[in-house]
Amino acid sequence: MGIIRILAPYLTLLRPNLVQNHQLIMARRLYASRTIGVDKNVWVEFTQLAADYKAVNLGQGFPDFSPPQFVQDAFCKAVSGGPQMHQYTRAFGHPRLVKSLAKFFSRVVGHEIDPFEDVLVTVGAYQALFCAFQALIDDGDEVIIVEPFFDCYQPMVLMAGGTAVYVPLRPKGGSSVLSSGDWVLSAEELTSKITPRTKAIIINTPNNPLGKVYKVEELQMIADLCIKHDLLCFSDEVYEWLTYDGAKHVKIASLPGMWERTVTVGSAGKTFSATGWKVGWAISSGKLIKHMKIIHQNSVYHCATAAQEAVSHGFDREYELFGTPESYFQQLPAMLHQKRQKLASCLRSVGLQPVMPEGGYFMITDISSVNVDLNDESTKNESYDFRFVKWLIKEKGLATIPVSAFFSPEHSKEFDKYIRFCFVKEDSTLEAAEEILRKWSQKE
Amino acid sequence: MSYTRRILNAFRFTCRSFPTNCRRFCTSQSVMASRHTHAKRIEGLDKNVWVAFTSLAADPSIVNLGQGFPDIPPPSYVKDALAKAASVDRMNQYTRGFGHPSLVKALSQVYGKVYSRQVDPLKEILVTVGGYGSLFSTIQGLVDEGDEVIIVEPFFDCYVPMVRMAGAKPVLIPLRPKSGKKTVSSADWYLDPDELSAKFSSKTKAIIINTPNNPIGKVFTRGELQVIADLCIKHDTLCFSDEVYEWLVYKGHQHVKIATLPGMWDRTITIGSAGKTFSVTGWKLGWSIGPEHLIKHLQTVMQNTLYTCPTPLQEAVAQGLLLNYKLMGQPDCYFSSLAEELEGKRDRLAAILQEAGMSPVVPEGGYFMLVDVTPLNQDLSHMGDDEAYDYKFVKWMIKEKKLAAIPVTAFVGEESKEQFEKYIRLCFIKEDSTLEAAGDILKNWRKV
Repeated sequence: MGIIRILAPYLTLLRPNLVQNHQLIMARRLYASRTIGVDKNVWVEFTQLAADYKAVNLGQGFPDFSPPQFVQDAFCKAVSGGPQMHQYTRAFGHPRLVKSLAKFFSRVVGHEIDPFEDVLVTVGAYQALFCAFQALIDDGDEVIIVEPFFDCYQPMVLMAGGTAVYVPLRPKGGSSVLSSGDWVLSAEELTSKITPRTKAIIINTPNNPLGKVYKVEELQMIADLCIKHDLLCFSDEVYEWLTYDGAKHVKIASLPGMWERTVTVGSAGKTFSATGWKVGWAISSGKLIKHMKIIHQNSVYHCATAAQEAVSHGFDREYELFGTPESYFQQLPAMLHQKRQKLASCLRSVGLQPVMPEGGYFMITDISSVNVDLNDESTKNESYDFRFVKWLIKEKGLATIPVSAFFSPEHSKEFDKYIRFCFVKEDSTLEAAEEILRKWSQKE
Repeated sequence: MSYTRRILNAFRFTCRSFPTNCRRFCTSQSVMASRHTHAKRIEGLDKNVWVAFTSLAADPSIVNLGQGFPDIPPPSYVKDALAKAASVDRMNQYTRGFGHPSLVKALSQVYGKVYSRQVDPLKEILVTVGGYGSLFSTIQGLVDEGDEVIIVEPFFDCYVPMVRMAGAKPVLIPLRPKSGKKTVSSADWYLDPDELSAKFSSKTKAIIINTPNNPIGKVFTRGELQVIADLCIKHDTLCFSDEVYEWLVYKGHQHVKIATLPGMWDRTITIGSAGKTFSVTGWKLGWSIGPEHLIKHLQTVMQNTLYTCPTPLQEAVAQGLLLNYKLMGQPDCYFSSLAEELEGKRDRLAAILQEAGMSPVVPEGGYFMLVDVTPLNQDLSHMGDDEAYDYKFVKWMIKEKKLAAIPVTAFVGEESKEQFEKYIRLCFIKEDSTLEAAGDILKNWRKV
């Protein structure tokens, strides 16, 4: 990758940019080199395809049901609130929201969080990740990414001038793995990837796409290495409330020695089933947040006010109801637990092998036992799961996401027989998917 | 790589390789401190005038003519459209990354009319988090390390740090008041064509212009834009045109889009803002419009920074644009009715300042007014020497007179500070009562 970036300016000189009226624009390169190699995006490709074929969409991770009434009401109230609801608020986070977040998470983490120093509100967790990489990763830094990873981590590392180093979660044993808990990180393998240039490690728990919820021992192993080698830890915890079968979400930032070196990222979109609001946050020691604030103030500067106001009310309600059956953070996982079961049994009934996720929105399924003729010239050179997913959209009208998109180029071949389903959908959507799968298996 | 950084890296490496030796020389605290260094790209970019002044002005007893946001309400139909959008399930979930379909279509319609050309909604438009986000996507997508970017002073303050964050060099050129004349209008400030020409070099990647200009309020004429366009074409550079105040142009002046000049569409990114268009700065939606071969790089940045903008807000802006598209050219189109309302406020504020013995620079567009505070003769020697006069003046004025403004040297580089340090910027998109309250403070200036 590095060689390509070095050669790129020379290569593009050979290919001047021509435009429609044949006027030459910029005989030298137009675009910035930081955009090299980060232009492809699996979502852009697959959401378009799903829309074109009007597929039953279990692909992209968003609910097709509404956010809970109480946040919707809070949003309406904010919209009809005073004029200040429609004007700029505090750049690093609407005061009411950062106070709600600090209060809520101080109790969860067991550490006093300063609302103005330790919290940065961002345009979705996506932008929080962007700020973390841009503020803290420099040219030549290495970042360890645990695979499978949410696909944006790699281009973000690249755009920050860093080098991604991959360590895969691997299914233990050799036999069929039935649960995300069966996928583990090898301490030896992880240690072997650390070099003097390693700056940070990024983990995602609950994990997308696998659904793994890291146990405290697993996080302790990672924490020990972070402390020993003085690494930063970026912990993407957007699905933190979605754990099933008694699995417990543990915040690595709460382990001894980790608060000052961990950036924890969260999402209102995933917390309150309102992905379209794009409100997220980073919580960390003020020493790290202050650097991220600089990126934020030089990129978007503010986030939308009304949505922040609404999310703040959501958190205040949840603070009061925490741990009780009325809490949305209890009700949502309970509802999703059912949907998870439903999808898993439907997949099994047609001969597929789902990997039961301990948490999150997604379920991956082994498709190696499926025998189809992927007779599509246009996808000939792509990996098996990419080809399979496209075939499934075009021929069966069912949209999913290929799992090798979440693996590095060096490991994707090992994991190209899995596809990812999102089960955070209305029962009617799941039933429609079930119908498609049943018809398909009956034909065989 | 800086010298300090090299030493730190060497130190880190040594510590790692010889841990037992290092324990004698460093505590775990200092090893941790050396590791947690920030990335080079943010060095020197921490200061920000808004962060400094918005908290100072936040006290509700202060008459705030500082930060540029309206205290007048937005049109009710946009608020209604937002409430309506949020009630639709699908509108609370992710939409298309590069811009919500109904919004990019509406933008394509409105701007197709304005540009008199077809604007492809999917390929020639990117929706961003405010005009700010558009500037960021543009600079990150198209400006590289080692590039030079020409910036006209006074400039909206983020241009310089954004250019520096991209590893490029800002090359500044000031607007100058016409000699001999006492400046009474923003039209009296001009760009010297020879001075501008000399700023272009083989490293120049782009020039950033802002019309109507913040803070002066200058509306560049077609002739002035042609001079800039000629240089862009001659030197084969790009043009980033920040036109967030495009609708706010007052009688006798016309907003001209540099992208409509011959040869310019293919090399220009034009930036617009829902916040400024509909008086909803807190919605943070903006857009970049340009040719596909440029916009696609901005889209790459978008998909790697925040991916998509909020859905219900985009839907509401789409509704607002469609409504006003039908009314374009008519007096009740918000694009013109807001300008008319603001012209009245502009004239009221100018009168207030004149009554107080000062000479405001009456803007041709935008919602800010510069005023030279020299006639107030305010002695600030007790405030020390480490800041420009206008910074000290505004801080003092907020504290002592409960009136907030923004110091103009925040919008210029080091070399031009002296030229601008007697000016402060006042925002007039405010309720009449706010403007009158400011008037009272200025009238009673001499009274303790």
